[in-house]
Amino acid sequence: MPNIYKKKTWLPLFLIPAFAFMAVFLYYPFFMNILNSFQSIRTLGVPSGAWNDPWYTNYVNILHDPEIWTSLKNTGLMIIVTLIFQVGIALVLALIVDNVKHGTGFFRTVYFFPIVISATALGLLFNLIVLYDKGMLNQMLEALGKTTLTDWKDESHALATMMIPVAWQYVGFYFVIIETGLNSISSELYESAMIDGASRWQRVRYISLPLIHNVLVTCSILGVTGALKVFDLPWTMFPKGMPVKTTFLTGTYMYYQTMEVKNVDYGSAIAVMIVILGIVLSQVAGVIFREKDY
Amino acid sequence: MKPERRDSDPKGLYIILILWALTTIYPIIWVIMNSFKAKDKILSNSFALPTGDLFTLANYRKAFSNLSIFSAYRNSLVISGTVALVVVVIAGMAAYALCRYEFPGKKLLETLVVAGMMFPVFATIIPVYRMETGWGITNTESWPLTMLSIILPSIAGNLSFAIIVLRRYIQTLPVELEEAAYLEGCSTLQIFFKIIVPLCKPSFVTVAVFSFLWSYNDLFTQMFFLRRPEMIGITRLLNELTSQEGTNYGLMASAVTLVIIPVIIVYIFLQKYIIKGMTAGAVKG
Repeated sequence: MPNIYKKKTWLPLFLIPAFAFMAVFLYYPFFMNILNSFQSIRTLGVPSGAWNDPWYTNYVNILHDPEIWTSLKNTGLMIIVTLIFQVGIALVLALIVDNVKHGTGFFRTVYFFPIVISATALGLLFNLIVLYDKGMLNQMLEALGKTTLTDWKDESHALATMMIPVAWQYVGFYFVIIETGLNSISSELYESAMIDGASRWQRVRYISLPLIHNVLVTCSILGVTGALKVFDLPWTMFPKGMPVKTTFLTGTYMYYQTMEVKNVDYGSAIAVMIVILGIVLSQVAGVIFREKDY
Repeated sequence: MKPERRDSDPKGLYIILILWALTTIYPIIWVIMNSFKAKDKILSNSFALPTGDLFTLANYRKAFSNLSIFSAYRNSLVISGTVALVVVVIAGMAAYALCRYEFPGKKLLETLVVAGMMFPVFATIIPVYRMETGWGITNTESWPLTMLSIILPSIAGNLSFAIIVLRRYIQTLPVELEEAAYLEGCSTLQIFFKIIVPLCKPSFVTVAVFSFLWSYNDLFTQMFFLRRPEMIGITRLLNELTSQEGTNYGLMASAVTLVIIPVIIVYIFLQKYIIKGMTAGAVKG
């Protein structure tokens, strides 16, 4: 380091604002939340009362709460949908864009665009699309000759109706990441493969895919952790786990317990569970989709 | 651009690309179209263009008279604007210090920054709410205090990401410029504001835009801190609309349109920064 940074007069001024903010609004509450999950809190915003008896009551309740299992199951499904549809569709689209000559910028702009729109607005928009009597989807099917209306929000369709928009919204995000990775592959590789007579599919299979392996690993880990944070769109389309508490995700169930049931300390415990789940799953994802060096 | 990596330009592939593009564009066009139609026309004939008898402005009149759209916009702009500004300034200073200075405890601070990205908002919101209730700034009649109650945690939520992105950028700047300025008699504080900030403008814009959009779209935090009708932000307004006017589809279509149009306009002009900002955390530099 050059000597101008030897004198540290201003160093505290640079560091203190940011770290004070994070200490007060991230680190401290994070540990308080773990503590709270062992205490009894009946009203949001009121200091915690006594310790639960036994102190781990909430965690025993988590194990016996059928809605927890519903939300875990749905969140698991959300992760699979994220990996297969979000990352999968994004990969296919990115490979195609990489193989055509025109419109790269246009497709990038258009595919990314749903991400900047609030998930709440998209939730409302999809509510209108899947309306029973009759939204865009049912009108479309009617035009194709279907005579009965489908209730896209009933128990047998609810999960798909909730997860498809979430997956759809973020395809563009992974598209941009994968496309950036593909762009960084040297053109010389493709050139010499073409001289050797490699077909388009062979070039994709033996050059593009292996060289973006690590990018796909990043996407998969982001997908897994991202699926745990989903809240806005499901809560807008299916508030309170509608219908009959079948559509809860871990995030929406945490909110439901905290704000609707007013079992605040139980909400804290669910939040702790979400954190643990996030750590475990990103480790597992890191092992399954291991990065490679070339 | 790079014609040599593609021997031909197969037309069939464009069909797939255009089909997906339609799934992202058409729903938006559809909702804008239908915001100009009466409720019953949406349900019977949603694909027609709103021309002639179909066209009406009634939904918008209702939206402006019944919903507090303007105050929700103002609230959202105040919240997100302040968050973006404060995040850029203090994350920039921290990133600069972590980049250029050597000091004991630096490793620990760096770990704390990365750890900050791992804390989901679910795991901090309840204690934050209680802490702020203790300070007397939640659920009050005072507009500035209510704004403050949501601005503070939103700033903290964006800092980790901002520091990481800015730090990566400051690292690429040649330190000679700073040394020259130092010899001219600038203090490091002056160096930060007169050299680092101007040179890093693009990445500062990226971080500002990201923080702005993140808090503009964040429903979860707004559900906790913005409860009084006159204080809600734009996403909370939309969410309330579902429960209160759930069957007035024309009004919903016009409200969705009113909320997304400004975002679309901003996106068209700033897309370069937005796309970079939203994906910057993911792609290793």
